[in-house]
Order: sequence, then structure tokens, then C-alpha cells
Amino acid sequence: MAELTFSLIVMGISLFMLLNSAAVAVYAERRIAAFIQNRVGPNRVGPFGLLQPIADVLKLILKEDVTPTLGNKALHTIAPMLPVFTALITIAVIPFGEGIYITDINVGVLYLLAVASLGVYGVTLAGWASNSKYSLLGGLRAAAQMLSYELPMGVAVASVVLFAASLSVVEIVDSQEVWWNIIRNPLGFIIFTVAAFAEANRTPFDLVEAEQELVGGFHTEYSSMKFGMFFLAEYMHVVIASMLITTFFLGGYHLPFAGLWLPEMSPVWKGILDVSVFVAKTGFFVFFFIWVRWTIPRFKYNQLMKLGWEKMLPLAILNFVVIAGAILLYNEFF
Amino acid sequence: MIETGSIMGKGKPTFFKEHQNALYKSLEDKHTTIDVDDTDPLRTRMVLNMGPQHPATHGVLRLLIELDGEQIAKTKLDIGYLHRGIEKIAENKTYQEFMPYTDRMDYLSPYSNNVALCTAVEKIAAIEVPERAHYIRMIGCELARISSHLLYLGAMVMDTGAISFFIWTFREREKLYDIFDNLGGHRFTISHSRIGGVHNDLSPVCLDMIRTFVDEFPKELTGWGKLLNKNRIFYDRNDGVGRISTEDAIAMGMTGPNIRATGIAYDMRRFKPYARYNEVDFEVPTRLEGDNLARYYIRTEEMAQSIEIIRQCLDKLPKGPVRTDNAKKTYPSKDEVYYSMEGLIHDFMMTDTGVCPPAGVECYHAIEAPKGELGFYIQSDGTGHPWRLKIKSPSFSNLQGLEVMLDGEMIADTVVMIGGVDPVMGESDK
Repeated sequence: MAELTFSLIVMGISLFMLLNSAAVAVYAERRIAAFIQNRVGPNRVGPFGLLQPIADVLKLILKEDVTPTLGNKALHTIAPMLPVFTALITIAVIPFGEGIYITDINVGVLYLLAVASLGVYGVTLAGWASNSKYSLLGGLRAAAQMLSYELPMGVAVASVVLFAASLSVVEIVDSQEVWWNIIRNPLGFIIFTVAAFAEANRTPFDLVEAEQELVGGFHTEYSSMKFGMFFLAEYMHVVIASMLITTFFLGGYHLPFAGLWLPEMSPVWKGILDVSVFVAKTGFFVFFFIWVRWTIPRFKYNQLMKLGWEKMLPLAILNFVVIAGAILLYNEFF
Repeated sequence: MIETGSIMGKGKPTFFKEHQNALYKSLEDKHTTIDVDDTDPLRTRMVLNMGPQHPATHGVLRLLIELDGEQIAKTKLDIGYLHRGIEKIAENKTYQEFMPYTDRMDYLSPYSNNVALCTAVEKIAAIEVPERAHYIRMIGCELARISSHLLYLGAMVMDTGAISFFIWTFREREKLYDIFDNLGGHRFTISHSRIGGVHNDLSPVCLDMIRTFVDEFPKELTGWGKLLNKNRIFYDRNDGVGRISTEDAIAMGMTGPNIRATGIAYDMRRFKPYARYNEVDFEVPTRLEGDNLARYYIRTEEMAQSIEIIRQCLDKLPKGPVRTDNAKKTYPSKDEVYYSMEGLIHDFMMTDTGVCPPAGVECYHAIEAPKGELGFYIQSDGTGHPWRLKIKSPSFSNLQGLEVMLDGEMIADTVVMIGGVDPVMGESDK
């Protein structure tokens, strides 16, 4: 019973923080973009413009909600909810600290992969339900992109699972107490990060919304809070992707080589330390996402496919086989 | 027909075919026919209407694209949305009065347009221009070229998806605007050139600003080169994209950097030097590939060359008047107007009648504008107004090649290619 209560508390706090993190990420994006572009960025609403996200959301709520006359109303409404929903349920299996997680299921990794691929339905349905050619093209691109990047991502995660010998996310983090996976499995880290960019539809893989050629891509015909939900989901997916990179490759809440030097601490202090470390790592990757977005150009559709199928997938499989062999030999001889 | 009676949800879901047919119809009105095969729905192709309102078409360019998946099967260009009848306006203005209209043609390099008109009128009316004015015009033209190429660079890189770049190039353009502000009292539509010279001399402050810019700009240029030339994504997005053969480029009448990218060193500054371009050293960058990457390299190299030209002009800048001293051919200086009777009368006469080239004479004179060969063809009937004035605008000729380039490419390349051709609709549609 106490365990359930604790889970519920963690769930409440983490959901709340995830929703807020999207707002913070929006603010961070605008300020960092401004910094990169020699501008000032939002600095009028509240101290340092910190209340800008609230102003943004207020504006979105007050906008007229438009559905194209010939669009499919039901799907047009449901579509933006899907990515938000999938982003929210992802955190169920992510450990934020030692013993601080909502639930520990023994197929956590499969759960994460399954949920991550659900998000694309929102985008594809939005593209179809809008009854606009630009949206349709965006939606189709999303589907193709998801297919090509789900595979390398899955294989990269599989190479992580080998070290932990478990599909539980909590155990994967535990296995990195001394050696982070980024050191043991650098190629997997790179492949996973690239695939995570593609999954979050961020530059250089943002051809789904490709502002220049497809106007707004799948959300061309969206306005008001329906658009707001896509917007929210995009930033939540950025945060989630950063969390996953942290969890799978940067040792989750562990400090570097923590197993070797970190002294025993009281559960409360350990909890605070763990969560801080986790948040810091996630924050760094959110920054990384933003940094990349405002620096480099976008891929073309066929180049994206080529990269996914011809480079990343074979590399990921090779990486998996080599690691599997190495672990087998290690267990055999030591 | 799509039912338009009610917006509030009564419209029948008649999406694809009717819409498609309406687009075909609009093409047919423009004397272009597309064979429609609507017997087999699977073979129906999507026709995408890009523009005239589209974030990335650089103005009001409209493209009708027949798509085969993400690939372009056929493109039709629809230009003319910014037609303002500039050539007709010219017939009702004196030559000098018409000059501000040329500012609004290629609004990214107004200085070149002014010089183009002035040189053409000077040719038809046989007006001598003082040496110093020639050099000031060259400085202005080259600054305009840099300004135009900077916008190209920013917009084209933004079209590939790197948004920040646009703002970095605009920071440099802002410096150029400040220079123009100081040069002629206007940031954007500068109208500094005059028939028979330029309006005013360079102020010492302006000279300093130009010198600082000339010293600092090459560093920026190298920095951008470092960022883009080795950037795999940028390289792949442009390499081999929008390739056009030399023959096609000539057949379509492309000019400027677009034709130099296909291997022809056609540059009016070399081909038929005007002003004092024969007295400065510069190279005409040429590439053979004819693709978007070649156009990118050409324009960045041209910017470096422009800096060299400005540097030489500043060194050689001769002393002397900036406008010819002939009250029948050009406006008298303001000193004369304010302090002498004759000056005032001449000023009135210039404004009222203007320069009168001999009757029945016609001439064509072209300069190398940033976009290519910009020519003015003037027929005179002996009055102060041109009887007919025809503008040969580089953007219009360059756009002709776009249809050839677009066929068979990906939809994502359209905007990059439009950016690469670098049209300005104000000039194309006139």
C-alpha cells in the first residue's frame, strides 16, 4: 500500500514536471535561438521573459478553433491528443532516482519502444484529417520516417539491453552504476541519439513540418489549442527523448563511476542528488536538441531514407552483433 | 466546381477531382494544357499549388506542381502577380522622374538599377560623366551586389532549413543599409545616381564606413564558408540539385550567376565594360556543374570579388566634380539653384522637360546587376519622355530556366532551387 502511494506521488509530480518542462523548453528554445542569432529573445513578460510560455498558451486558447470544411472533424480533434498522450505515458517506466520510479515492469524497454511509435499516429492522422495537400504530404513523411528510424533505434536499445541482461529500465540504469553505456557502447549512443532526433521530429529531421516547402506540414490546418497540443507534444517529446538518452546511455541518475566512490547516503539526500543529476543530464540534452535545431539545415526525404536504411540500420545491427559476441567471450573466459 | 455557398460545414466533401480540375482549368486559361486521365484513380496525380502566398517562394511566384509521390512530374510557372506596368509608367515620366521606379524593381539592389537607367540615358543622349562619379557608382553597385547576394545566401540556406543563417547575413546587410543611408540619405530605395553623375559626393564618414566594411566583411565570409562548405547536409541538399545544362541555360536566356554556374563567363562588366570596370582588376568566377552548389560558390566568390573592386575604387577614387557641368543635360547643383537665376531656371527646365535625346534614336544599354544582365532599351521621340522603354530584367530570364530545372526533382528541392535561382518578383513582373 505504501508502495502504491509512493508510486502515485511520483506519478503526480513527474507528470506535473513534464508538462511544465515543455513550457520551460519553449522558453529555453526561444532564448537560446535568440542567443544563437544575435537577438535578445522574449524578455518582456515577467522577469527575463520567464512568463512568456504562459502568455503564449493564453494567446493560443483565445484563438479561433478552425476545422477545414471538408476535413474529418472527429479525427482532426483526436489527432493532436495522441502525441500528448503518448508523451505523458512514457514516463511511467523511467527511474528518476534510486527507487524513485512510477513502476518497474519487466518489459519496460518494449513498452517504451511501443509507446514511442504510437506518437506518429497523431501526426499521420492530423495530416490526413486536415484535407490539405501540404498536411497530407507531411503526414505521409511522418509515417515513412517513423518506419525507417524505429528499427535502428530498436536495435541500438537492444545493444543496451545486452549489458543489463534485462528488459527492465530500472535494471538497465543499475547496470550503469560504474560504466556508463556511452563508454561501453559509443556507436549505439550515436545511433540512438540520431534516431531520437528523428522520433522527436526535430531538425535535421523535421521534414514532417518543413516550414519552407510544406508551409507547416501536418499542422498547417491547425489553430488554437489543437495546434497548442502539437506544440506541447513536440517539446514534451524533446524532453522525453533527452530522458531516454540519459537513461539508456548516460547512466540515468548515476554520477560518473558512482559505484566506485560515492559514499552511502541517507535515502532523502540520495533521492535529491539522484533527481538533480538526472535533471541536469536531461537539461543538457534538451539544450543539445535546441542547439542543433538552430544551427544545421534539414535533410531531404530521400536522403533521410538513405541514411536510415543504408547507414544506420546496418551499423546498428553490426554494433549489436559485435557487442553480443564480446559479452559472450567475456563471460566465457573471465 | 467546388461549392462555395457556405463555409459553415455544408460543403460536400468533393476533395480531389474537382479541385484538381479547377487547377487544370486555371492552367488552360494560360494556354497550357495538361492531359487528365481520371479513369484510374490510382494514376491520378496530385497537383500542388505553391504560391502566390507561400512562405518560401520569395515573393509572389506561383508554381503548379504535378507530383508523383514526393517527386515532381511536371511544373508550370505562373508569374505576373506583381505586374505594376513600370514600362508604361516610364512613358509618362521624364527620365530622371522615372528613376525612383527602378528602385522598386530589384529592390535588393536599387543602386544597380539606378545606374542601369542612368547609363542607358547617358548613352542615348550622349552625356559625359565625370570620373569621380563613375567610381562612386561602381562602389555603390558593388555594395548593392553584396547586399543582394547576402539576401540570396541567407534565404537559400534558410530554405534548406537552417534558419539562423538568415539573421546572420541580415546583420551584415544592416551595415550596408547604414552605408547607403549615409551615402544617399536613404537606406533602401536609394536613388543616389543621377543622369550625368551622382547626386552627392561621398562624405568622409561614409568613406570610413565603407573602409571598415571592406576590412571586416571578408572575415565574415570566410566564417560562413567554414560553416557551410563542409556541412554534409547542406552540401548534399545542393549538390546536383537543379542542374541545368549550358545549352538549356543559353536557350532559356539565363544570365548572371546562373549562367556563370554552367560554365559561361558572361559578365557585362567584362563583356562590355561600363563605368570604369575596365580599369579595375577582378575575376569572373565560373563553375561548370550548373547545379545549386555551383550557384552558391559563384555568389560567395563574387562577394569577395566585389570587396576587391571596392577596395581598388577607394584607392583610385579621383578628385573632381560628381556631376557633369551641363545644365541642358543634368540637374544643376543646389548651390547654383539657390544663388543664381540661371540655376533656378535650369532646375525648372530639367524638372519640367528633362533630358531630351535626339528624335528617332534608340539604344540598348545593359549593366551587370547582381541577378544578371539588366538592360534598358529606350526609343526616343525627341521629347523628355521615352517613347518606349523596355526593361530586360534578369530575374525574368532566370525564371524561364526554373521549369527545366524542377522537372524530376524532389518537392523539398523546389524552394531550394527557387532560392538558388534567386528571382526578385518585383523585377521579373515589372
